[in-house]
Amino acid sequence: MTSSSRLELVCPAGTPAALRTAIIAGADTIYCGFRDETNARNFPGLNFSRAEMEESIAYAHERETKVFVAINTFPRAGEKRLWRCAIDDCAAFGADAIILADLGLLAYAADRHPQLRRHLSVQAAAANADSIGFYTRSFGIRRVVLPRILTVEEIAAINREIDCETEAFIFGSLCVMAEGRCSLSSYVTGDSPNLGGVCSPGSHVTYRESGAELASILGAFTMHRVPHDVPAPYPTVCKGQFKAGKFQGHVFEDPASLDASRLIPQLAMAGVTALKIEGRQRGRAYVGDAVRTLRRFVDDYAAGLPIGGGALNQLSEGQSTTQGAYRKKWR
Amino acid sequence: MTISDRRISLTMGPLLFNWPIEKWRDFYARLADEAPVDTVHLGEVVCSKRLPFYIDAVPEAVERLQRGGKTVVFGTLALITLMRERKDSADIVRNAVCEVEVNDIAALAHLREGQAFRTGPYVNVYNEGTLRFLARLGASSICLPPELPIESVKVLGGTARALDVGCEVWSFGRVPLAISGRCYHARLEGLTKDSCQFVCARDHDGLAVDTVDGEHFLAINGVQTMSHTYCNTIGDVMRMADAGVTALRLSPHSCDMVAIARTFRDRLDGALGTDEAMRRIEEICGPVTFSNGFLFGKAGAEMAPESGIDGAAAASGWPAPPGSRCPL
Repeated sequence: MTSSSRLELVCPAGTPAALRTAIIAGADTIYCGFRDETNARNFPGLNFSRAEMEESIAYAHERETKVFVAINTFPRAGEKRLWRCAIDDCAAFGADAIILADLGLLAYAADRHPQLRRHLSVQAAAANADSIGFYTRSFGIRRVVLPRILTVEEIAAINREIDCETEAFIFGSLCVMAEGRCSLSSYVTGDSPNLGGVCSPGSHVTYRESGAELASILGAFTMHRVPHDVPAPYPTVCKGQFKAGKFQGHVFEDPASLDASRLIPQLAMAGVTALKIEGRQRGRAYVGDAVRTLRRFVDDYAAGLPIGGGALNQLSEGQSTTQGAYRKKWR
Repeated sequence: MTISDRRISLTMGPLLFNWPIEKWRDFYARLADEAPVDTVHLGEVVCSKRLPFYIDAVPEAVERLQRGGKTVVFGTLALITLMRERKDSADIVRNAVCEVEVNDIAALAHLREGQAFRTGPYVNVYNEGTLRFLARLGASSICLPPELPIESVKVLGGTARALDVGCEVWSFGRVPLAISGRCYHARLEGLTKDSCQFVCARDHDGLAVDTVDGEHFLAINGVQTMSHTYCNTIGDVMRMADAGVTALRLSPHSCDMVAIARTFRDRLDGALGTDEAMRRIEEICGPVTFSNGFLFGKAGAEMAPESGIDGAAAASGWPAPPGSRCPL
């Protein structure tokens, strides 16, 4: 499906306050999750209680902003109630869409709440037109969030073949692995992001001094070792520094954020309907800045003006950015 | 419950590494003639660029394996992005001469009405709802994601049994932990996936990734990231039987896989006790660290001390294997 209207800006909210900030900053749509393991950003102190979700949806709707709710982890065997209940509540609260990844939950939602719009989460890692077609036919998916492993050309080709909208990540942290199919964090900590919604959880992080260096450790493994005068990076497995053969350094990915803002015209021409900002774990100031800047870029593009770059740099991890897989050489 | 109606079968999973063709041929010839495995998987799961190197040898291998009494299953790629990869996976499903294992949801799109299929460990089957959905679609067997704890395996094993679907668990070999669009073998050489020069062919069991402290951690295999440890559940087979597991998956490595399969078979048949079986696996593998932490809800890298101490065994009616220290 190709898109003709203005690009929709889909913005993260980890708290009701961040939701209000993002709406004021110009979000078309907010995505958020319940305060439990039903969503893939299940960090302590983050996310929405049932009452907060109901109020926030009402607040957003009064300001003509949509709310999508991510229920995008995989229910633990024998414990489907929590996840099903989250879907039922979204229907009751009038959420504009739910974002799902699990086949069983998709079947449940399509069966019980056919009127509730279903989006396919990036956690389903549907990276080709056949997968997306399967989800569309089986569950009436209306939009797919594209995995961050596709080039712009591949996205254009996918959009020519499928019957639903696509949403592409434009800015924020970058998963280098196919999402929803990564057990690196659980290999190290025993906590599965797919089941519990947390990658590289803080409860398993330690920082240890050794000589003139500081080591960031996840579980039993050292992810980084830096001199004392350098800020120790958070020990996320795929961003760690390791040795492999003669190579020493960032084996999987350099510590950079995705910034594809300069590719807004190409993504629009590739038929993308919506641009997604990553960062439900971020504070209000970050969310406000990111949303305001990208709002301006999207509006400038719609008005036929050139898009200013670089303005997002200070928000990025390690102050450096990458266009990720959108450029073929990333592979 | 008798042992016979609970016989756990052995599956040799697909070769995940880029081996030279001679080694590939020898491996499958020997499996066909000597290994006590029930099912053997062929097909390229990791990187579509590797398939041309051995595709011509596949028909002969299939024939020999079938002559050797093995069920042959052909698998699809685990992450499909290119047009060529979509076409290959559609061909595998549509022109199936043997059973098909789906490793990317994309392959489900090509199934004929009522066509049976299996799903591999790369398809997320975490719960009964998903298992039921796939069974309705025609799934005959599910290989569970390797990170599932035994509590989940139990629930899914029970559901699978009620649905008459096979339930397989990752039991030997480096664990596939992640898959990416990016090739790490190429990246480490300053190359890209498209210009990779097949540098992955140097590492027949993957390339070790160590921490900066020099501790073994992961292994890379092209676009796939694996555990450095070899999963080894030979101490946990009674727990698996009790959980309703119908097959154990052994993943090919350079070590003597026929001997690995024999040891698992002997353990499953009660001819070997846990300690002796474990000792033999250690002997066959040489200097390898084993893990089974996922099964016990711990970090996957760990070897759980509970392994081999199996309370469920008493209830399952298994005979005490000679020389076993299991508290049966």
